[in-house]
Amino acid sequence: MTASTFAAIPRRVRPISPDDAERLVNVSPADWRSPKPRSVYHLLVLGAGPAGLAAARAAAALGAHVALIERHQIGGDCLNDGCIPSKSLIRTGRLLADMRDAAHFGAVPPAEMVFDFRAAMLRMRRITARISRTDSAMNLAREGIHLFFGTARFTGADSVDVDGLPLRFKKALIATGSRSMLPDVPGLAEAGFLTNETVFNLQVLPRSLLVLGGGPLGCELAQVFARFGSRTLISHREPLFLPLEERDAAQMVSDALARDGVEIHLNSTATKVWMEGGQKVVELVNDGNTATTRVEHILTGIGRVPAVQGLNLEAAGVAYDAAAGVHVDDFLRTSNPRIFAAGDVCLKHQFTNTAAASARIVVRNALFLGRERMSALNVPWCTYTDPEVAHVGLYVKQARQQRIPVKTFTIPMHDVDRAIADGEEDGFVKIHVREGSDQILGATIVARHAGEMINSISLAMVAGIGLRELANVMQAYPTQGAAIRQAADAYLRTRLTPLKLKTARRWLQR
Amino acid sequence: MKAATFRANSVGRSAPIALADEQMLDQLQRSAFEYFLKQTNARNGLVADTSRVGSPASIAVVGFALSAYPVAVERGWIARDDAVHRSLTTLRFFSASDQSGALMSTGCNGFYFHFLDVHTGLRAWESELSSIDTALLIVGMLTAAAYFSGATPAETELRQLANALYERVDWQWAQHEDHDDHAVAQGWKPESGFLNYGWQGYNEALVLYALGMGSHTHPLTSASFEAWTVTYQWENLYGIDFLFAGPLFVHQFSHAWIDFRGIRDRFMREKNCDYFENSRRAAKVQRQYAIRNPRGFAGYGQDCWGLSAGDGPSVEPRMVAGRRQAFYGYAARGAPWGPDDGTITGSSVVASLVFAPEIAWPALRQMYARAGAEQGRYLHAAGFNDSAGATSDVDGTSGAKASWICEGESGLDQGMIVLMIENFRSGLLWRLTRSIPCLRAGLKRAGFRGGWL
Repeated sequence: MTASTFAAIPRRVRPISPDDAERLVNVSPADWRSPKPRSVYHLLVLGAGPAGLAAARAAAALGAHVALIERHQIGGDCLNDGCIPSKSLIRTGRLLADMRDAAHFGAVPPAEMVFDFRAAMLRMRRITARISRTDSAMNLAREGIHLFFGTARFTGADSVDVDGLPLRFKKALIATGSRSMLPDVPGLAEAGFLTNETVFNLQVLPRSLLVLGGGPLGCELAQVFARFGSRTLISHREPLFLPLEERDAAQMVSDALARDGVEIHLNSTATKVWMEGGQKVVELVNDGNTATTRVEHILTGIGRVPAVQGLNLEAAGVAYDAAAGVHVDDFLRTSNPRIFAAGDVCLKHQFTNTAAASARIVVRNALFLGRERMSALNVPWCTYTDPEVAHVGLYVKQARQQRIPVKTFTIPMHDVDRAIADGEEDGFVKIHVREGSDQILGATIVARHAGEMINSISLAMVAGIGLRELANVMQAYPTQGAAIRQAADAYLRTRLTPLKLKTARRWLQR
Repeated sequence: MKAATFRANSVGRSAPIALADEQMLDQLQRSAFEYFLKQTNARNGLVADTSRVGSPASIAVVGFALSAYPVAVERGWIARDDAVHRSLTTLRFFSASDQSGALMSTGCNGFYFHFLDVHTGLRAWESELSSIDTALLIVGMLTAAAYFSGATPAETELRQLANALYERVDWQWAQHEDHDDHAVAQGWKPESGFLNYGWQGYNEALVLYALGMGSHTHPLTSASFEAWTVTYQWENLYGIDFLFAGPLFVHQFSHAWIDFRGIRDRFMREKNCDYFENSRRAAKVQRQYAIRNPRGFAGYGQDCWGLSAGDGPSVEPRMVAGRRQAFYGYAARGAPWGPDDGTITGSSVVASLVFAPEIAWPALRQMYARAGAEQGRYLHAAGFNDSAGATSDVDGTSGAKASWICEGESGLDQGMIVLMIENFRSGLLWRLTRSIPCLRAGLKRAGFRGGWL
């Protein structure tokens, strides 16, 4: 698929609510006065998203002179257009779903449920405004970070220009993130579309919405808008959603979306869009069969491309390409030894936690002679559909491709007491271990709170704790997280060889 | 040359069984075979996919029919000449069929469209050129060739045609280069090319790979088997270690022909298991799931399990045990992740007998006796569901129980019943296919060792 990126977004944005005005003051103050530049910075950071913020703060806390340059808004995609706004709306969607199922729990919902889209959006804006306080421009300045708003271009191997202001650095970090990718569908641009940036500016609940692309964001938002009451469709080119995840997990997301009333078009490609009677008409092709659908809005949740344009990377001798972004080695160094990269602009896994973790590696490697490797990181991630899909470490297929014998301990959530009591039985915990040992290679969890549950597997992996030791960890009962302990118990049972059993019986009958 | 004869012996089962059970098996097997007599177009040998009026033929069902005729000859249900004539008619049809790959042809590159018009033999329902269904057809042809080993002109022609049709299949072509790392594509359509689906995860394709890798005309590469098996998942579920696949038929189809007892590929050597034992464990997992019955479906229990491909109710969603339950019509149902709407496929329990008699017998007896005078109806039907017919209020506790049972029968189900009961009783199909050189060669190329290989 050919992809083009959106044009640069203007920094000055009109607030759409009082809370939004507060957020804008925090993340992009209109009257910001740039500090007087130092002659040279220890670390110059391009981009104040999760990676840039983490690096700037860590370096400044250690006494480094840090310049942080932001083109648009502090917080990056995550705070302003991504994780936080979508999670706020997901919470509302969950409540609506719970109300729908309330009778099952003995609470009879009102005959007519009223959903106030505007109130849900206001709540979302209040939340992003609150969270934006932590990383506000003023706070960063108080921490000693020199914050510049403007567009940066490299002018040499150790210098940049920010809207005419020259800045020099000993080390630099490219953390410009990624941008939405627009699928190349004839007529789409003319008909108009929502992106993960503009969808959060909606003032009125769409009557109908087609989501193009079944990645994490596409699935999350499709489910949310279906729960809000929009007629929602989702179209995805592959046979299953969430192409990174294992089949069973992706299938469960598909089932969940269907239960929420999302019209699912897998293995389908949008080939044409046009306007008719004020509606967008979309042609979808599936194995040679063509279908058309009419919707009010189209949302392209299709993916991200690294934001590398306009940086004049050539002047700095930094190798890159449009698809993979800035080229880095395992220490996150670019082809210019002074310059590093972190986050979406250079990494395959485009997650907030990964961006921040990679940025902290860069601070140690760039400023303190560190030799930390990106590949040593255990990166957990989660798709916040309901149920959620969380993963850490290797997938079975990856292990098998590396010729690692792998065995999976699977606990269905319907075998977990607390999940049964909560009426949240859809899902599983799958922990992959090296066959013949208890070494955890990775795990996938599908559960209503999978994102919370995966963290204990992450902890075990980083601490080098295997399933045998996990079985010795007492857990509060009953909890859904006990599923992990149940997997550890299942492991122990497989170690009970006939010889061990025989010995135990003989001992008891002595 | 005198045709080989086969008698019931220990190749199939080892323990003696009660007369009533023997009679039950006999009745089930014979009435399943009747399907092929009733649903075959005598002019071209094509067999209807289901007993529904207007059903097209399924090439996989034809493969089952070709394998069922030897069983019928052995059991004395039809004469050998009749069986030869039926088989030969089928093979002649496929040999002369339109292989242009045009929109309305029968196939191309030696493969055939999944569904064909019973009368014209041309593509029906805009179906795909199917790699697995072609494999099931071809293994049926080779099974017939292995059985009809006589020197008569008809049996000689039958063998020649079967081999020629096998050799004509261009397995390499299906190993579509754009596809997942050399794995075989599931299908192809003249309108849109190869389907977007590859064989991912363990499934019924073992026989496809064995045939494809054993070909000396257009063999699959060794990388194809590797590309498929790398997607396997070995799981400990309900305390049972097994190679995971949800629907039971996945664990059964290839086993209707190939005796996987004691032969192991690299994966099974690593796991100290074999595919036959794995199918036994899969049945036990299904039973465990039915005992847990997390969605509260009516009927499920230790002697009522068997989620597989089959027909189910297509009624409006209703409340089942407090949940709004949709019903899926025809679907490949599986445990424990579904889809599951309370529908059981009886033939999958019959086919489990050979793997796990200790748990299959009680379930089989219970399902067999359920329909009263119409004994076996629940096992022959393409599905039954005790939840779709039941009315229940919001907490799912009350309601009149009325079972939904599919009016139609599926050719695949009847084929599995005939073949798997025969394998249980005498091991006939397993013994026949052991003698097929290309299957042996294919299994060996896929890395299988030990046992009868």
